[in-house]
Amino acid sequence: MANNFHSAGRRRFLKGAAVGAAGALVPGAGAGPLPADAAQPPPAQSRSVPASPDSAQLLADTAPPAARENLRIVEHPASDFMVDVIKRLGFEYVAANPGSSFEGLHESIINYGENRMPELLTCCHEESSVAMAHGYAKIEGKPMLAVVHGNIGLQHASMAIYNAYADRVPVFVIAGNFRDAGSRANGVNSYHSAQDMALIVRDSVKWDDEPGSLAAFAESMVRAYKIAMTPPMEPVLIVLDHDMQERPMPSSPVRIPRLTMPAFPVGDPNAVREAARLLVAAENPRINAGRMARTPEGITRLVELAELLQASVNGGGDRVNFPSRHPLAGMGAGAPDVVLNLEVQGAGSPNPGAIPASGNAKTINISSLDLFIKSNLQDFQHLADADIAMAADAEATLPLLIDEVKRQLTPDRKHALQERGARIAAVHQQARSAAMETAAFGWDSSPVSLARLCAELWIQIQNDDWSLVSWQGFISGWPGRLWNIDKHYHYIGGQGAGAMGYGAPAAVGAALANRKHGRLTINIQTDGDLNYAPGVLWTACHHQIPMLTVMHNNRAYHQEVMFIQQMSSRRNRGGDRAHIGTTIKDPNIDYAKMAQAYGMYGEGPIANPKDVGPAITRALERVRKGEPALLDVITQPR
Amino acid sequence: MRCRRLVCSWLCAVSVAGVGLAAQAAAPAQPAPTGNTPAGKDLYLRYSCYACHGYDGHGGAGARLVPTRMTVERFTAYVRNPRQMPPYSTGLLTDAQLGDVWAYIKSLPVSPDAKDIPLLARIMSGK
Repeated sequence: MANNFHSAGRRRFLKGAAVGAAGALVPGAGAGPLPADAAQPPPAQSRSVPASPDSAQLLADTAPPAARENLRIVEHPASDFMVDVIKRLGFEYVAANPGSSFEGLHESIINYGENRMPELLTCCHEESSVAMAHGYAKIEGKPMLAVVHGNIGLQHASMAIYNAYADRVPVFVIAGNFRDAGSRANGVNSYHSAQDMALIVRDSVKWDDEPGSLAAFAESMVRAYKIAMTPPMEPVLIVLDHDMQERPMPSSPVRIPRLTMPAFPVGDPNAVREAARLLVAAENPRINAGRMARTPEGITRLVELAELLQASVNGGGDRVNFPSRHPLAGMGAGAPDVVLNLEVQGAGSPNPGAIPASGNAKTINISSLDLFIKSNLQDFQHLADADIAMAADAEATLPLLIDEVKRQLTPDRKHALQERGARIAAVHQQARSAAMETAAFGWDSSPVSLARLCAELWIQIQNDDWSLVSWQGFISGWPGRLWNIDKHYHYIGGQGAGAMGYGAPAAVGAALANRKHGRLTINIQTDGDLNYAPGVLWTACHHQIPMLTVMHNNRAYHQEVMFIQQMSSRRNRGGDRAHIGTTIKDPNIDYAKMAQAYGMYGEGPIANPKDVGPAITRALERVRKGEPALLDVITQPR
Repeated sequence: MRCRRLVCSWLCAVSVAGVGLAAQAAAPAQPAPTGNTPAGKDLYLRYSCYACHGYDGHGGAGARLVPTRMTVERFTAYVRNPRQMPPYSTGLLTDAQLGDVWAYIKSLPVSPDAKDIPLLARIMSGK
């Protein structure tokens, strides 16, 4: 086979329908000669401009696909079978930025699969593709497929994969590869090929494979799905050979293994019994919940346990584990003597400094993370001290623990616990009142206070079936303090690994999942995050994904402003240069115009707090009609 | 891809807000500030005080400053040797400059009470 890209027929499109389609997209392309302008040598360049690639390289890397005389039509390509497997697994969507290493699969999805179940979503960046899948999974409870180009697409996607990994979210990634060097062309195809492509992200996926046959593909896909969806849930990667996609289907049928999800691991009965004994006897137990509630049932069960024990529940902030306005919600009163950690990562508590446990407090940890850990990336954090540790899924273990607590609770003990519950409820009410007092601070300030922004939003969405799909950390937790959060889709936590660029695409993916349920999706969007890959706004418009985005536009990577200011002061150099390299000013970015440029309703900048409410009303009118909309609100830093 | 450090915990930040300088023990009535308010505003913004305390001193990641009952002397002493925020030495900001910052903080408008804000009252009464 010749090495020249053009003569090699990089895309093995054939004469006939496939060539006709290519020709329709690129006039003059197909079997005929290259367009005149593409065949011209590059213009002369001045010495100050980097040299252009020569004409042969340009042709190799940018020419439209050409047909080969000796190829025949493949009416039943193997990639059709791959779509059958994908359909069998129930994927609703495939998020992708196009790439030639998976062109066979792409074509099969849109033609053979009729672009339904899964539907292909056009993404402008692979980081957006994976982050959309990340947000989708946290709402829908199952993976979305993200298909990425060999090497380059996977590297673009790598940060988003790490975020999903650290957030324990199942994302299913397929990466194309031109595996066989014997048939691979020079030029771009070689740049997009790897001997071991999964190596790029192996530290942040739970499992990967590069199947060498269709039978192996089917088995690996089913296995990967099962692994991704078994706690702790994590991303998985299948590397898919380009040539295998294009081959004809074999004459004999290929088996697709049945997907049977395993029963999730639960705590050892003896350990559960001892944990119940400690909790029932405790004078001031506290429950910390991290990424505990995988399903709505997790919330229901935790409420049942907390009410049985009359224990305070620190919901953590990574998922909705417990209703925000439940009287037992919060840190309770005083130092706990028994701490129950449910899927809490790190040193024993999401907020260890808030109310320290007493010196002889007993700690019970239930976590699926004890079942899976890797070495390189340090996201597992510090080892928690524990008196009882169960390597188990916390949500799956809760029913056992509840039954055991019920068995051990005597009527006298129940009565005593009611008095404790009343004290915790009083603390909860005080905290709510304090939150209202704090929300009033800077109520009329311009730029707009985040408390006011969240209050203005809440008053207009509280009667909807709403879903907040952005992280609260950068907005001082105001939704958690003002809104009634009691359903799993009311809040989905944050990035996982703390990387910016997650927010906007994850919000769009979550909004997509919410769309079929008719939910009103709210995204309070930080400006620094949006600028990583704003093209996802176009994706939201193109696929008609309704969502209200309200900019928290503090014109900075504000956390870094504070870090640099602190560092400067610690070195006795002041903070008057903390803005250098940390702020997004001069010129200010007009996010309303940005939204409009992508085809979205956009309004702003809004700096007067009195203008926020009416602007929300106008934008919500659009969103309730099924459109995405964006308001650019100039805000206080935090 | 840069990996940004996040707030250690938004709850920690929340716990700081509202318990800072504005909540210091009440001081006796004092004369009107004599510092240069416009100069104080310039310093407040230039030295990134706003970053934690908000543009109008109403807090955020750091404590609320408005209304402050601190005297200028006590304010200066706190900034030189704070409990939580970064310190500012005389080499960075003179006593006179801190007096200007204090005057600016004293000039900032006080927020209404929560009970006087109908929207917050509606939220508080909600289930």
